[in-house]
Amino acid sequence: MASTREAYGKALVELGKEKDNVVVLDADLTKSTKTSDFKKVFPERHFNMGIAEANMMGVAAGLAASGKIVYASSFAMFAAGRAFEQIRNSICYPNLNVKVCATHAGISVGEDGASHQAIEDIALMRAIPNMKVFVPSDEFETRAIIKAVYDISGPCYVRMGRSNVAAVFDENYQYQFGKGIVLKTGMKLAIIACGLMVQKALKVSTMLKNYDPTIVNINTIKPIDEALLVDVAKHHDIIVTLEEHSVIGGLGSAVSECLAPYGIACKHYSLGMRDVFGRSGKSDDLFKYYHLDEDSIAKYIDELK
Amino acid sequence: MNLKESALNMRRNIIEMVYTAQSGHPGGSLSACDIVCYLYLKEMNITKENARSYKRDRFVLSKGHASPLLYAALCEKGLLDQKELCGFRQIDSKLQGHPNMNYVEGVDMSTGSLGQGISAAVGMAIANKLDKREDRVYCLLGDGECEEGEVYEALMSASHNKLDNLCLILDYNHLQIDGDIKDVAGPEPFKEKFEAFGLKVLEIDGHDFNAIEEAFNKARAEKGRPTMIIAHTIKGKGVSFMENNYAWHGSAPNSEQYEKAMQELGGEA
Repeated sequence: MASTREAYGKALVELGKEKDNVVVLDADLTKSTKTSDFKKVFPERHFNMGIAEANMMGVAAGLAASGKIVYASSFAMFAAGRAFEQIRNSICYPNLNVKVCATHAGISVGEDGASHQAIEDIALMRAIPNMKVFVPSDEFETRAIIKAVYDISGPCYVRMGRSNVAAVFDENYQYQFGKGIVLKTGMKLAIIACGLMVQKALKVSTMLKNYDPTIVNINTIKPIDEALLVDVAKHHDIIVTLEEHSVIGGLGSAVSECLAPYGIACKHYSLGMRDVFGRSGKSDDLFKYYHLDEDSIAKYIDELK
Repeated sequence: MNLKESALNMRRNIIEMVYTAQSGHPGGSLSACDIVCYLYLKEMNITKENARSYKRDRFVLSKGHASPLLYAALCEKGLLDQKELCGFRQIDSKLQGHPNMNYVEGVDMSTGSLGQGISAAVGMAIANKLDKREDRVYCLLGDGECEEGEVYEALMSASHNKLDNLCLILDYNHLQIDGDIKDVAGPEPFKEKFEAFGLKVLEIDGHDFNAIEEAFNKARAEKGRPTMIIAHTIKGKGVSFMENNYAWHGSAPNSEQYEKAMQELGGEA
């Protein structure tokens, strides 16, 4: 068990050892986002920009326009939300090499409550031209994606969480840009998930009475793996998407947008935050409250026809 | 090289661009014309050979709406073909309404959303320090732009990181799109604010080349902190009916006004 943010901190250190032009920025959350790991080893290449996310994104743009590859971190709320327009105009419009690595996304933030639970960040980030959007599920996938985005030209958004999550993969994990991963092949119904909902999907698949589902991990929301999604839609009657994000604009929307023109006879149900804000509570209690825990999801899916 | 002649030619090109496009921002392009003319012709080490590289002095037009001024400067420096200017703001041109660094060689940052260019300039100055390069970063801000909160975040970080390789210039022409800055939002006083943020502050007549030269030399000599040159300027400078009139912030002259403007600037309409 480790959090994706812990994997982020470690991956940054590994990258820093390999690549001289990696620069890391943070906005007074170095211990939470784990960029503090990088700071310990490379203090001269880590800049704490203070509680000023808008400026941090602009500074990241200036560094990237000077040959640096910049990892800029804050909580998803303040990176994708607070500094949205700086990311759009100063980073994405000039197509600069800034990797916005946001932690504490979604309701799994827990006790801090709705003000700190970004449930709109995937929607915001994937709407911007040039931006690529990644949602790793576990520590191994996080490490691989953090290293991969170094070589993926232009702006990238990596969405990570606060809480510890079980491993889905192992040390041998290889990330392939734009390729989803079929974790289990079943029939009739497919669950497509991202982030920590992948672990929940795997658990749910063992609890279902009426279905033996296929499980797909979409670690890259943009560009989305269209070929895989079409294949899944053709071979199943029902798709259920799972995300700790609003059902408006996130993974579910991306899947629907992708599949709609094909007119494949496959229903799609989108589970996530249903146009409501989160609230304070323990992470597990919040998933129950919003019917996104394994029991609720299994019950919901078993009733689908 | 005659700076006055060059600045006059740049002013004519600014008017020509905005008139041809029937769109654009003449007032704030004319006010900062002498400063940017000096920057490109005398101060910065940009050349045709190094224009593509970031390893040289750089200029960020934080007040991106003054794009005609930047294009006129690049043209005066020989980095942009004169015949490109007539495409300004048109569908098939690389000269966007607000500058795009990927379209035009020599444009160092895509700007237009106010308050953001200064942050990018801070990032560039930090990069120069990291790489131990002596290249300098220049950034032009509008006075109305200083109503954006991000400007002060950027000033804080410039000062905190001791960016003595960063020279900021305020185009203090007192007017923004809705009127006098005093009436619209009250961003003044500037000098006290900039000093409180830890900057070396110089005040000059932004239309006096000797004063501009002296200020840039002082900024270059300053160690341990960034410099802000408050340049007192006249919005619409050089075209009598545009001077000190905020109506010319973002509007184009008609044919009569165009002819009059070009006459005043010593050119042929």
